[in-house]
Amino acid sequence: MATLSKEEAAALIQEVLEVYPEKAQKDRAKHLAVNDQEKTTKCVTSNRKSLPGVMTIRGCAYAGSKGVVWGPIKDMIHISHGPVGCGQYSRAGRRNYYVGHTGVDTFGDMNFTSDFQEKDIVFGGDKKLAKLINEIDGLFPLARGISVQSECPIGLIGDDIEAVSKKGAAELSKPIVPVRCEGFRGVSQSLGHHIANDAIRDWVFEREGGGTAFESSPYDVTIIGDYNIGGDAWSSRILLEEMGLRVIAQWSGDGTLAEMENTPKAKLNLLHCYRSMNYISRHMEEKYGIPWVEYNFFGPTKIAESLRAIAAFFDDHIKEGAERVIAKYQPLVDAVIAKYRPRLEGKRVMLYVGGLRPRHVIGSYEDLGMDVVGTGYEFGHNDDYDRTVPEMGNATLLYDDVTGFEFEEFVKRVKPDMIGSGVKEKYIFQKMGVPFRQMHSWDYSGPYHGYDGFAIFARDMDMTLNNPCWKNLTPPWLKPVEEEQRAIA
Amino acid sequence: MANIMISQDNGGSLLFYLPKKDLEERIVSLEFTGPEKWGGELQLANGQSYFIDPLERTPKLPMSFRARRLGGAED
Ligand code: SF4
Repeated sequence: MATLSKEEAAALIQEVLEVYPEKAQKDRAKHLAVNDQEKTTKCVTSNRKSLPGVMTIRGCAYAGSKGVVWGPIKDMIHISHGPVGCGQYSRAGRRNYYVGHTGVDTFGDMNFTSDFQEKDIVFGGDKKLAKLINEIDGLFPLARGISVQSECPIGLIGDDIEAVSKKGAAELSKPIVPVRCEGFRGVSQSLGHHIANDAIRDWVFEREGGGTAFESSPYDVTIIGDYNIGGDAWSSRILLEEMGLRVIAQWSGDGTLAEMENTPKAKLNLLHCYRSMNYISRHMEEKYGIPWVEYNFFGPTKIAESLRAIAAFFDDHIKEGAERVIAKYQPLVDAVIAKYRPRLEGKRVMLYVGGLRPRHVIGSYEDLGMDVVGTGYEFGHNDDYDRTVPEMGNATLLYDDVTGFEFEEFVKRVKPDMIGSGVKEKYIFQKMGVPFRQMHSWDYSGPYHGYDGFAIFARDMDMTLNNPCWKNLTPPWLKPVEEEQRAIA
Repeated sequence: MANIMISQDNGGSLLFYLPKKDLEERIVSLEFTGPEKWGGELQLANGQSYFIDPLERTPKLPMSFRARRLGGAED
């Protein structure tokens, strides 16, 4: 189908909105827009409570803290404090890769929970938590610290996890970090990121005796907001190291407590996922005077831009290093593009993800000759949309906290060649016959960051889009009719 | 009163950040810009305005302030 014009896109939004009752219509209208690069005023309202009665795709603050920020810190044990479900159903779902012996010195894909029962709700769970902390220390002596990730009931019954943590920390002489990330706080997982960042600020940076014995070098940088999904941080890290920088911390994919503690000694913080970790970056900028820079390692164009932007903070040695890295990988990039671009050229993609991807991956698609015709954030804020508008073409769709209904209707009309979104959307769209990639954990693939990641990204997109299965979705007895329709259209 | 942070972007213009609401906005005007007096009323690109107690010197940014909201467009 031909690309929509600005008016058609606006009309489409109107049409989709029509089914809602009046009040809902008014509310949802603010979250949907047609991208217009010239318009300077705000076009999309974001970070608002989801509308009751529609299907939202958001998570909770606990998911933002335990699942995103804290969970991947591999040498700490993260207690999902409360009933068993919150932790168990989200266990290891994000595919944050790490190295280490799980259950001995690393604990990434294990689930620790205080498994609240009725009596804990009635009588309070502080005693249980204290016991749990001691048990953990006995069973897993190599754990460097513990974080207490509050689930909803903790806030509701008013447990004092701070006091228990302080006491436990003194007894074990290990950091124990209470995190007040009860699921009901905020409107989405986004507040959970913020709460988790603040907990790092208050309980890791401020801890006495943390982060000593570290010799800094003039080229120390950190990777902030890379969760090493499918190995993303690793394929980013090698580029930085090849250009002469020293990566002293990964936040938080494959990260450790010591790395977090050493971060205030970095020369520059490199921020990939702005949404989930801008808070701590701002804090470090103010308190320790460490500048931060946002970068984007999706697709060769953005990688080269980012490497140069990062190098600009350093001397000629690093600047030359950046050029060397770019030149080194050019043949790889050329080969990937030569192979896949002809197969993907002109294909249209709709995205709906969280964090940084609704804007960051656009470059990857464009490098392969594909167009992103619609994008949106589950839990983005104003500043995310400000950063997205210039990346998107005019007359493309922007949708914030899109509802299941809206997303389906948009897809039916825009008819993208491919959709990139989460697992909850995956099977709906696949059954509608639209090629789909799960873009949260890379559909069990990855890494997608860096030059090596780009090669995998290109292969995956080709594999999905040009998969012969899409031709077989129509049963044979309906085929000829379908083909006739195509001839008319 | 709200805690806010003011920082400077690469182009040298001032950015306003309100952590509580997670609001990041450009500052379009600032009443006093130093060197002897810095602060006062500040106007954001989204139409809101805030007031911070003026300082006696130009601060080293980024820096946190206590700010008071001064009417303006409701979002
Ligand atoms: S909203 Fe509450 S109960 Fe639900 S997953 Fe989040 S923390 Fe658990």
